[in-house]
Amino acid sequence: MKTLSVILGIATIVASGLPVLAASPPPPGAASCSGCHAAGATVTSSISRLYGRDAGEITTAMAGFRDGSLPATVMNRIAKGFSDDELRAIATWLAAQK
Amino acid sequence: MGVNHRMSRRAFCGAGAATVTALTFPLPAFAQSAARVVVIGGGFGGASCARALKQIDPKLQVTLVEPNKTFIACPFSNNVIAGLRSIEQQQFGYDKFSATGVTVVAQAATAVNAAARTIGLADGTSLSYDRLVLSPGIDLRFDALQGYDEAAAAKMPHAWKAGEQTLLLRKQLEAMDDGGLVVIAAPANPFRCPPGPYERACLIAHYLKTKKPRSKLLILDAKDTFSKQRLFQNAWKELYPGMVEWISLSQGGKVNAVDPATNTLITDFGNHTAKVANVIPPQRAGRIATIAGATDNTGWCAIDPVTFESKSVPNIHVIGDACLAGAMPKSAFTANAQAKVCAAAIATLLSGGSPATPKLINTCYSLAAPDYGISVAGVYQPKNGLLADVEGAGGVSPVDVPRDFRAREADYAQAWFATITAEVFG
Repeated sequence: MKTLSVILGIATIVASGLPVLAASPPPPGAASCSGCHAAGATVTSSISRLYGRDAGEITTAMAGFRDGSLPATVMNRIAKGFSDDELRAIATWLAAQK
Repeated sequence: MGVNHRMSRRAFCGAGAATVTALTFPLPAFAQSAARVVVIGGGFGGASCARALKQIDPKLQVTLVEPNKTFIACPFSNNVIAGLRSIEQQQFGYDKFSATGVTVVAQAATAVNAAARTIGLADGTSLSYDRLVLSPGIDLRFDALQGYDEAAAAKMPHAWKAGEQTLLLRKQLEAMDDGGLVVIAAPANPFRCPPGPYERACLIAHYLKTKKPRSKLLILDAKDTFSKQRLFQNAWKELYPGMVEWISLSQGGKVNAVDPATNTLITDFGNHTAKVANVIPPQRAGRIATIAGATDNTGWCAIDPVTFESKSVPNIHVIGDACLAGAMPKSAFTANAQAKVCAAAIATLLSGGSPATPKLINTCYSLAAPDYGISVAGVYQPKNGLLADVEGAGGVSPVDVPRDFRAREADYAQAWFATITAEVFG
């Protein structure tokens, strides 16, 4: 879990540089994430918030969940449903959200 | 007779322009050009969809039609039945919606005119739409089990819509003497919350084990298999040995009729008289879906898996428990995920575009005990006109894991509920 915390550590907040991307429609799969991972900043939860996280860190974590190198309860089962390209697109979109 | 939505909106805008002199853009012109989306049903599907539409395109005129001031969530309502949670913790309101720009109309929708693109409300007024989203949830079929009608449900609660029925089942369990027989009748597929009856069995067993340990719980099932089956059956053995018995369809579990006067459930193989009988009857899409012409002969709504547009009525989309979504189960998570995909598709369609092929996720947690969570997950994509499982993904929690794994999933279940309710209603 410590590894995960580091990988998904607080990323630099994406500021005003990507307004078009932030408003762009979510790529396939991305809209489902906020079912568990809060989009709003007000929720206190043991499930990490993903909006504004670094895209590379999200992609690395998902690849780790998919190949089993990162332990998980459910993300391993979910990550297996996405290709590298899909995971990169989802991570880029999540990173661009406020 | 009906007050047209366009008229009332114009009246509202006019009043605003008269009093707020600092407005610098022409509101009536803005209002006329904005597309109108009406969403019927303020549950996990409809409320999510209304908010998502406004987030995707703030110019859209989005109206949420929901007669109830308070939404009572079904997920975690089994904890209420088992005395582990209050009904107040299941209740959510729509008071935050005005800040999102969504207009909430606290009326029941009673009519749909798909040709004119209007809906009728209980107070006789009507609303016009460019796109209509139906998220009416389920209706219980009171014509499916002989003897089981609304009056019978006051004696043999279904507790499959959270609220008074949830509390009735809880009170009956509390009033039961130790050593009593509790019977749950589970329906055939498809129905709302496939793991729900079995989670309920676990949490009622948890209550009985704690308070009335000589009691028994019997599940009479109209199916031979069920969601997370091995995990639930292992949990029954591990946590509640000798207390829970499951009778499958082929063992004679299908309930054909009930007698509320004697609390008896009748199967082809015999009668079971319960101290507490929880009858979960077959279900269908909420009534407004049928009024709109969106249900087929199954009682559910066939949809396009990319846009969630009804296969029988144009410009009407159906999401959540009411739609037939192929491999996606009828869950709150599913309804929320479908709502966001549907909202994006509608925004794209209204701007003349072609919606991209989506992928959707579902994750459903169940509690076998307060600190014992299990889950099922899936990833879905359109295939042959339905939403199909992405092969190699999804599945249930592992069978052989230590209890701390179950405790973590129980914690994630709580976290999921806190998040989704805050996202949808907060």
